[in-house]
Amino acid sequence: MSSTEYVTFNIGGQTFGTSVLEVHDVFKAVSITPVPMARPEIAGVLNLRGRIVTAIDARARLGLQRKTGIRKNAMAIGVERNGESFGLIIDSVGEVMRLEDADLEQNPVNLDPVWASVSKGVHKLGDKLLIAMDIDRMLRLDSGDDLAAA
Amino acid sequence: MDDLLSEFLTETAESLETIDTELVRFESQPNDKATLNNIFRLVHTIKGTCGFLALPRLEAVAHAGETLLGKFRDGALEVTPAAVTLVLESIDQIKALLEHLEAEGSEPEGEDSELIGRLELAAEGGLTGGSKPVETPQVTVISELDVDDEEDEVEDSIPEGIDPERWDAALGRELRPGEVSLAELEAAFNSVEGPEDIMPPAAAAASAVAKPAVSDVAAPMEKTSLSNQSIRVNVEVLEDLMTMVSELVLTRNQLMQMVRALEDSEFKAPLQRLSNITAELQEGVMKTRMQPIGSAWKKLPRIVRDTNQDLGKKIDLVMEGEATELDRQVLELIKDPLTHMIRNSCDHGIEKPADRVAAGKPENGTIHLRAYHEGGHIIIEVSDDGAGLNTDRIREKAVEKGVVDAAEAQVMTEAQIHRMIFAPGFSTAASITNISGRGVGMDVVKTNIELIGGAIDLRAKRGEGTTFLIKIPLTLAIISALIVGVGEERFALPQLSVVELVRTGSDREHRVELISDTQVLRLRDRLLPLVALSDILSTGEPSGEPVVDDDGNAFVVVMQVGDTRFGLVVDEVFDTEEIVVKPLARALSGLAQYSGATILGDGAVILILDPNGVAREVAGMDSAAQAAARAEAEAHSARDAKISLLLFRAGGADPMACPLSLVTRLEELNASDFERSSAGTVVQYRGRLMPLVHAAGNHMLATEGKQPILVFNQGDTVIGVAVDEILDIVHEEMKIELTDMTPGILGTAVLKGKATQVVDVAHHLSSASGDWASTIQSKPGHAKKRRVLLVEKHPFFRNMLSPLLQAAGYEVVEAQSDDDAVELLNSDMEFDAVLADVDTSNVGPNRLAEAIEANSKVMNAARFGLSARNDADPTPLGMSLPKSDRQGLLMALEHALKTRGDAA
Repeated sequence: MSSTEYVTFNIGGQTFGTSVLEVHDVFKAVSITPVPMARPEIAGVLNLRGRIVTAIDARARLGLQRKTGIRKNAMAIGVERNGESFGLIIDSVGEVMRLEDADLEQNPVNLDPVWASVSKGVHKLGDKLLIAMDIDRMLRLDSGDDLAAA
Repeated sequence: MDDLLSEFLTETAESLETIDTELVRFESQPNDKATLNNIFRLVHTIKGTCGFLALPRLEAVAHAGETLLGKFRDGALEVTPAAVTLVLESIDQIKALLEHLEAEGSEPEGEDSELIGRLELAAEGGLTGGSKPVETPQVTVISELDVDDEEDEVEDSIPEGIDPERWDAALGRELRPGEVSLAELEAAFNSVEGPEDIMPPAAAAASAVAKPAVSDVAAPMEKTSLSNQSIRVNVEVLEDLMTMVSELVLTRNQLMQMVRALEDSEFKAPLQRLSNITAELQEGVMKTRMQPIGSAWKKLPRIVRDTNQDLGKKIDLVMEGEATELDRQVLELIKDPLTHMIRNSCDHGIEKPADRVAAGKPENGTIHLRAYHEGGHIIIEVSDDGAGLNTDRIREKAVEKGVVDAAEAQVMTEAQIHRMIFAPGFSTAASITNISGRGVGMDVVKTNIELIGGAIDLRAKRGEGTTFLIKIPLTLAIISALIVGVGEERFALPQLSVVELVRTGSDREHRVELISDTQVLRLRDRLLPLVALSDILSTGEPSGEPVVDDDGNAFVVVMQVGDTRFGLVVDEVFDTEEIVVKPLARALSGLAQYSGATILGDGAVILILDPNGVAREVAGMDSAAQAAARAEAEAHSARDAKISLLLFRAGGADPMACPLSLVTRLEELNASDFERSSAGTVVQYRGRLMPLVHAAGNHMLATEGKQPILVFNQGDTVIGVAVDEILDIVHEEMKIELTDMTPGILGTAVLKGKATQVVDVAHHLSSASGDWASTIQSKPGHAKKRRVLLVEKHPFFRNMLSPLLQAAGYEVVEAQSDDDAVELLNSDMEFDAVLADVDTSNVGPNRLAEAIEANSKVMNAARFGLSARNDADPTPLGMSLPKSDRQGLLMALEHALKTRGDAA
């Protein structure tokens, strides 16, 4: 039976998880430079060890109310796509857990379409649900523009 | 793709580029053994390697090409353009095959027996025909033959022309003196110069490779020893190095900042050393990215040569400064624009040999390509000694394509007109040729050059040629930038576009002024539109507020982007820094305002503003910027198209206007002083009787109170035109948009945003005083009405000058264009004077002068140029008079006619 090791994180009270293989690093973003005129999902750009990383506000992406002060202090998951670095701004990061792929349930049909579009499925944990996030889709914006791909 | 194959592709692509250049040189100097050897060796290497990598189709083509080249080398065949074309064709085929190979990893299906056959026949033809040159028609015939040789047949046929001892059956090809063993072949294979070759000496050696008389066998060996000094490095490795050095520089800067804060640190000395080494390292790595510009020019001789063939022109290409080095990224980006410009010069610039001879120029046109360093930039000059630019045609075309409107085009200077070839969608090519004129023109060139922070300008002289000047930065990786602050954020502005920094304030030298609701900066007699960076980026409060606060204190960064100059208002100005440009993620690349991002010494990421993008935003903002920019542009280019107009009201609420220059005085007279007679109303004015008319009909004349009067003065006569109210004087360009049939009204124009009727002064002059026109006419010696030819394209001036002249007693014949005028001059009509607009073109006056001289009936006519400017230069038509000075115009005309009359 195959299983996936998940990095779990919290966005707006909801637990999400994504495969550890997808995640480059988890870091604290202390200074995000906003990019005026950019779409709201883009929180700005930041310097991660000499690389310029585009920060995506996960709350804005999921249509949740945005948190203030993320520019000065935020947790982010670093992912690489097509040679570009992205930082997904999340509320907090949780533990790493291994879950059986067979236990992954389909998205409930009444899930918010935006959420459904970035969810691979749902894992039932003891006291909460974990949404398996599709990072690729997460970096793809509504208008069909793809953040990562050309 | 396997490594060997990819290396082969890189090698071969380079060799082929060299061959193109070499072949063209070879064609012009067929006796240059060294060049021929060089070409031969390169083709041979390609062929040999193909055999090695089992690429039969490529090998066959290369082989056939080599055979023909071999004949040249042995002297068995004479070098002809047709033969060289054939060789070039085989090179093209090899390129096509390689492209497919690169894309698919395998040779394409099919065969090249037709081409091989032709190559073969060309080689054979030389054999059968002895040393008789292969002439162009001969090759044409050959190409029509249906040759369907199979490869093996081709190979079988080779030994006929080849020393059998050199025929190597095992390899399936003949051995050439240049080829000794596989080991040596490989040595040659590894030795060809590549674009990443770093060391300038090696590069210089590569370009000079044809110069020493290289003997057959020694050639590959010499080359090897030379090129052992350089190695081939993958571009990615260099890019990574560059990135890492950039980061090292940043880290160093951070450390320096930290240590600077410490009083007496033991780190100081080692840090200083680290700093120096870092700087040197940075410089060294920068150098690895540099390449001589000559590598971007390799294609050009071939292009010129092909054009010569296709268009039957004779063009020499002279290249100077090939060793000038610049960043390879920049190099890649200017290749296409350069190629396009050379094509343009060949196609449109240089005339056909016959035309050149007719123009008294040498038959061979020359295109000069020069590159040199100038203050952190590279200047590339492309100049030709061709026909120059046809200003009239560009103007016509620009109007036709709606780039500018007709009136604007009339008053633009020649240089401004020439620059319109950079306007989008502009292409002057009358006919679409194979070479250029496909609709994508100089605007693409301009855009591409501006994209890399460069600029392009041109100088052209009719009949003498055109020179394009391209200024490009040395590198894109590190730029000098001004760091400015808006709110809490900082942004980098490339120094290249920053002209100056101005601190404004009400108590300072530079003040911010208001034009209607928009703010402009008056800077040394130029008006500068002001825009706030925060508005462009929508960071601050929503706009609507003035850009600069009430006390007028602001930092203004004066930017120049192309032709646009504007002031960018920022909150703070920090310092200038050398910044490393890093690209933004693709998700952000849609934002034209930014060209990238950089990391500052303190570790903060800041965005780099793209001056072009910002300028576009400025242009797009329907606000201060635009209005002032327009005002500025007009003030500059069309200063004299504007005239002062007197606005008044007469017989209605709508404003009416007449040119202020026609009005002698504005008066307010008592209506009680008006005296009515059977002939009309008169008033005593300055001791004389002045006839009075009302602009809207004489019944409107006031009977009591004050009556505003416009006084017109003509010769000895004065006339008063009464109006209801004098409103304003405006300085605007007047374009009569609707003509009016009502007597006394010229038409309707939009002035100050309102439809305004323009009064025909001449009508009132004649209606007010029956003897008005006769005042001058009745002067002794002028019994006959004199006829004046007025050549004026611009309807407004025609409408203004024609009544003026008529009122002064001349019969006026109007011509709207030079063509019409010449026709009139050639007709039987007699003219006493010719007045022609000289602003529009330089050619017109010449043509008119010639036409006048040619017709005995008008030979004696007085001639004047008419200009909107006060200081226009004399033309072949003689003195130029300003159009606005009607009194001077009439006096000059009167005087000239009198002198002429006396003389006659």
